[in-house]
Amino acid sequence: MKSRFFPLFVTFAIFTALYIFCYTQYSSFGSMRVVCNLLRNNAHLGIPAVGVTFVILSGGIDLSVGSVIAFTGVFCALMIERQGVHPLAAFAMVLAIGTTFGATMGAIIHYFKIPAFIVTLSGMFLARGMAYVLTTDSISIRHPFYLKVSELVYVFPDKGRFTFAAGAFLVVVILGIFVAHFTRYGRNVYAIGGNDTGALMLGVPVGRTIITTYALSSFLATFAGIVLSLSKRSGDSTIALGAEMDVIAAVVIGGTLLTGGVGYVIGTFIGVLLPGVIHTYLTLDGSLSPWWIKIIIGVLLFGFIGLQKLLSSQTSVLDMIRLPQVARGSASSGD
Amino acid sequence: MGEHILTPLRNKMADLRVGIGEASGRAIWNIVALVLILIANRLISPNFFSIRMVNGRLIGSTINILDQSAPFVLLAIGMTLVIATKGIDLSVGAVMAIGAATAVVLINRYEAGQENILYTPGFVILIALGVGALCGLWNGLLVAFFDIQPIIATLILMISGRGIAQMITEGQSPTFTNETLAFVGRGTIFGLPFPVYLAAAALIIVTLFVRRTAIGMMIESVGINAKASYYAGINARLIKMFVYTLSGVLAALAGLIVAGEVKSADPHKAGEWAELDAILAVVIGGTSLSGGRFNLFQSTLGVLIVQSLLTALYVSKLHPTANLVVKAIVVLFVLLLQSPEFRDTLTRLVRKRS
Repeated sequence: MKSRFFPLFVTFAIFTALYIFCYTQYSSFGSMRVVCNLLRNNAHLGIPAVGVTFVILSGGIDLSVGSVIAFTGVFCALMIERQGVHPLAAFAMVLAIGTTFGATMGAIIHYFKIPAFIVTLSGMFLARGMAYVLTTDSISIRHPFYLKVSELVYVFPDKGRFTFAAGAFLVVVILGIFVAHFTRYGRNVYAIGGNDTGALMLGVPVGRTIITTYALSSFLATFAGIVLSLSKRSGDSTIALGAEMDVIAAVVIGGTLLTGGVGYVIGTFIGVLLPGVIHTYLTLDGSLSPWWIKIIIGVLLFGFIGLQKLLSSQTSVLDMIRLPQVARGSASSGD
Repeated sequence: MGEHILTPLRNKMADLRVGIGEASGRAIWNIVALVLILIANRLISPNFFSIRMVNGRLIGSTINILDQSAPFVLLAIGMTLVIATKGIDLSVGAVMAIGAATAVVLINRYEAGQENILYTPGFVILIALGVGALCGLWNGLLVAFFDIQPIIATLILMISGRGIAQMITEGQSPTFTNETLAFVGRGTIFGLPFPVYLAAAALIIVTLFVRRTAIGMMIESVGINAKASYYAGINARLIKMFVYTLSGVLAALAGLIVAGEVKSADPHKAGEWAELDAILAVVIGGTSLSGGRFNLFQSTLGVLIVQSLLTALYVSKLHPTANLVVKAIVVLFVLLLQSPEFRDTLTRLVRKRS
């Protein structure tokens, strides 16, 4: 087995083991009900996580996705309820705004050489702030179109409800895998993340690719906001607070290196579901306190990073602790 | 503005003038920005600079700015050193919550009459700072010895730290009545809030420590080129451990200030977004996220700029919801001005027109 697939394999193995353990404790984990709920409840994290995977693969980072989700929800609610715009028109408008927003961040990062961390941090403030400026109320959406979408559901024999959100999540993941591995754009992203100077010399359009990547990330975050708005049937400016960190954690758990160039969209998919499974288990168990989920995610993060470190370094565990690592160059701050 | 801000400011200006040209340019621009914001404040509210004495406390907008800046100055000091080593510390907000939770839970045992020297206020504060140091040591260990990227290494504690704080308080937001612990956040000495003294002391002590010894040079050296520093005989690991531990201790102290202000410890809200505000202040202060040269005074100036700006927004008739938007725009503006590429583009545009 190629070693670059190994982190992915381990993520899968841990996920499977965890799922089987949960199944032995609660047989409901074998039902489509739990599976569908997992997909539905994590759709708003999973969809932007695919976009953030591309950003991290290109060697950048995007901290703005949670705020973009909130802005989208508020914008749609206001447009539909207060302005009487048809939901589909509102979606088209907000997707255009979101994509432009991402492309602008990408352009600032690329042309003015300002670290992605800080640019997307301002983007996070800006999008959240715009959501607050639009309204601080929670607006419910009663448009018939929303009802129609909520009726778009496939019900399994065991009453598992495969909703629009779950479907959208799966479609985005599949498209993400396709784009990453079967298109020129995907290869360019990997190339830039691996070595941007080298990529530039080989004729990869670095600027265009980076701008597209941030535009894609914001586009997917906006789409996640729409999906969340459809399932919540409301717009709330405080929604998805801190989602960007959950998304980044999911991408890292999924085996993508924050230095860029290494990682898989399918890993991110598992990385999103893993905390979801733990969450479901804790809910079913009921005796464990809710704060354990955060601590467990921290431990998982640590475990996966330690594992990746071991696999990516050429030295053995003991050498890693004994010898200074400076000879391989120091870790970057992720910008 | 208090004299204790202006005096080091003047001294530093003098230092910078004989020092590096570019840095002095940036120092001046930040001071200009701060002065402009303060003037804007004065224009918005005529009694902005007025300071009254009420019950032995100085009351006024400028005092408020200093008071609110204090915990962020502490965070920014730690963050500046961490960023100078080419690192980043995302966990400071969570460490604030952990420090506050530890102190409040312990002090409540003392208030409940439990006889244990560890529960006396002095020890409680020391223990909270010690817990902060442990958090910092953990980050330092991951970054320096396991060679994990700082952004992920500290992300671990950022996420699990809130859980740990909740675990300490058992999911509650406990309140307390102990006056000694509350003094850390809301006490006054000679009319000035105690946190201002804490921040000033931390700034002076850390500045002296890193600038009167070779430590500061070593930190910059590690940030610029860890490999070369290693061959030059600098113990890069020890330096990294030191900066992350210091950041942890200062974050715990900031947590105590915040807990003292409201006489409670909220594991969710204490230090929320604090890491991002601290990074912002450091970047506005001109310390590059890619490591190397740092300036603690500039970072403090960054904190004051952000806080004065927020005050300007509060006192203005602008709707309070616009705060984040204005903050984002100002930050972007400062960042663009600092970017050589952006300045080149601007110069080219201006030349073309004339």
